[in-house]
Amino acid sequence: MPRKELEFDYTVETLSIVDEEGNVDKALEPKLSDKELLDMFRWMLYSRRVDERQLNLQRQGRIGTFPQSTGHEAIGLGSVFAIEKSDWFVPAYRELVCFLYRGWPLERLLLYWAGFEEGAVPPEGVNDLPICVPVASQLLHASGIGMANNIKGENKVVLTYFGDGSSSEGDFHEGINFAAVFNAPVIFVCENNQFAISEPLHKQTRTKTIAQKAVGYGVPGVRVDGNDVLAVYVATKEAIERARKGEGPTLLDCLTYRYTPHTTADDPKKYRSDEEAQKWAKREPLIRFAKYLEKKGLLNDEKRQKMETEIDEEIKEAVKKMETLAKSKELMEPLAMFDFLYADVPVHLEVQKHELAESLGRADEVSAKSNPQRSIAGTAKRGG
Amino acid sequence: MAEMNMAKSINLALFEAMEKDSRVVVLGQDVGVDEGVFRITEGLHAKFGDKRVFDTPLAESGIVGTSIGMAINGLLPVAEIQFAGFDYYAYQQLESHAARFRNRTRGRVTVPMVMRAPSGAGIRALEHHSESREAIYCHTPGLKVVMPSGPRNARALMHAAINDPDPVIYYEPKALYRLFKEEVPDEIEVMPIGKAQVVRPGSDITIISYGATMRPCLEAAELLMEEDGVKAEVIDLLSLMPLDTETFVNSVAKTGRAVVVHEGPRACGVAAEVVSRINENVFLYLEAPVIRLTGYDVPVPYFSKEKFYIPDTDKVVEACRKTLRF
Ligand SMILES: Cc1ncc(C[n+]2csc(CCOP(=O)(O)OP(=O)(O)O)c2C)c(N)n1
Ligand SMILES: [Mg+2]
Repeated sequence: MPRKELEFDYTVETLSIVDEEGNVDKALEPKLSDKELLDMFRWMLYSRRVDERQLNLQRQGRIGTFPQSTGHEAIGLGSVFAIEKSDWFVPAYRELVCFLYRGWPLERLLLYWAGFEEGAVPPEGVNDLPICVPVASQLLHASGIGMANNIKGENKVVLTYFGDGSSSEGDFHEGINFAAVFNAPVIFVCENNQFAISEPLHKQTRTKTIAQKAVGYGVPGVRVDGNDVLAVYVATKEAIERARKGEGPTLLDCLTYRYTPHTTADDPKKYRSDEEAQKWAKREPLIRFAKYLEKKGLLNDEKRQKMETEIDEEIKEAVKKMETLAKSKELMEPLAMFDFLYADVPVHLEVQKHELAESLGRADEVSAKSNPQRSIAGTAKRGG
Repeated sequence: MAEMNMAKSINLALFEAMEKDSRVVVLGQDVGVDEGVFRITEGLHAKFGDKRVFDTPLAESGIVGTSIGMAINGLLPVAEIQFAGFDYYAYQQLESHAARFRNRTRGRVTVPMVMRAPSGAGIRALEHHSESREAIYCHTPGLKVVMPSGPRNARALMHAAINDPDPVIYYEPKALYRLFKEEVPDEIEVMPIGKAQVVRPGSDITIISYGATMRPCLEAAELLMEEDGVKAEVIDLLSLMPLDTETFVNSVAKTGRAVVVHEGPRACGVAAEVVSRINENVFLYLEAPVIRLTGYDVPVPYFSKEKFYIPDTDKVVEACRKTLRF
């Protein structure tokens, strides 16, 4: 019996449309209006400025640790720009630009990093989930949401995100496999910045790409230039078209570099070289997109400056709002910790709420409820 | 004797154990060149190299599952889970296998491994970086669970955990890593797992705690002495499974009153077990019901309000006074 090579349903493509100098491959260039292109740039710039401002705020102790997203704007915006409001957005944590584009008020996003649950509340009118900290776990939710879309007969797609390192978790494999088996309309976007904190990609996987893992699940996988917003947009758009036609999930492996420390608590000097960072600096997504727009005659320094001034003003306002909210009685109410865990507050939490109120000298504000489970910390009497 | 903080003393214990026994290996996310996100594995990779200190893929189930395999095959793995809030991914391996192989094989196949993880609140961290879920592991037959409260016992417990023939969960109260320093002896100390310590003798009330809440308990004991003339006996459980019943039961027999303090949630928590054992053993000595002062049965609030969740000195004093007034 001779050895034969197996053929698979899918091969892995690469996609890049605009190069580092802003030159475009005309054959692949998407049909976007001038206004749409400038909008895209503005969202990316906005996100970048917010990231920079957040770093200042963090350094001043006005917000806590956060994962920086500088350099991730093309992956985020390119993909999210291709879905409708009614579609689903299931994020990880480095998709600042997506949150902004989906209409999350900036002050709310800032509240999250300032340590408030209120920052995780999705705005009305969009199908969005909040930041997900345990990596890859959100991917199964995305698959389930997509499965429900199929069951309900809704033609909505799900856009979900994860990092290169996160592809090592079992939940990544289960998530994509479920979506594949159930033909769920899910686009899995890997923000492949080549690092998981200190660990370079080769410590996560022996495959050259994340994209080729798609073959193992029988779904299309594309290696996308993650610093090229148009490439990400086109790849996502195509994946969405397949999904809406009932052809199931796609895995997009969007390659970029983690231009920043992992979070504000990390020190990359310990584990990677400056040369490498410099090599990638040239490929950075905002510079590239700006060059493309300049060549098209859509953008110049003056226009960009004007955008920046407007954006900075918006950010200033949002920071002010955030800080007012952060000091407000409502958001600083510790007793609220008991109110949202279940639909109805069970008795034992009523008791604990009273206990905390008592320790704050505010016992009269919370009813003690005469109940047999009352802890002795307040009222029990000997023999009573 | 050298003065050091807890981050350093755990690091020292790992270093000493690796020097002493070539079967000890350290693995986890970012434990190699990065030396751990809390720098607990500092210097280990430089000294012992890739074979004994290695970064793993980002998969907690993988880290613990392969540690089980390595332990079965003669090594002594010390697996780091970056934050205790991520070890649920590994729970399946711990419950189904680490905890059971010895019993399943009537002692033939054993799993001498340590899973260590930073636990608890108080460092202004994000969601899933602040909880204390040690009770889950106490509720898993076949695991041992320890939690140090300072540099000296942290090192001694780590040695005990690595030497132990069974799987040990070693939870590190991360808020204590760099909070204070202590004298640590030059010689290796090993502390038996399953022994509590009376860290402050007293006769009027027993305060029982472990981990990060030991400090507020000791401060409370001091305050009660100064302000009320009350002599509180303070017990550090150190080992949560097995639990040293004798030490706290004897103390309560003497004082007749007790407050049990921990940061983890109350329902079915370690304090619930302690109170049950008090009831079973010395019920008739009690002068007052025993109070549980614990985290509430809700997720730790995001950091702007996490301090309201954590039992602090004032809350311990107040709980003691209530018990004493009863
Ligand atoms: C289950 C789980 N384990 C560990 C962590 C801690 N952690 C946060 S981010 C991160 C690295 C993630 O790397 P990658 O998936 O590449 O995403 P990136 O941060 O590079 O965007 C780790 C280990 C976590 N959040 N969740
Ligand atoms: Mg990454």
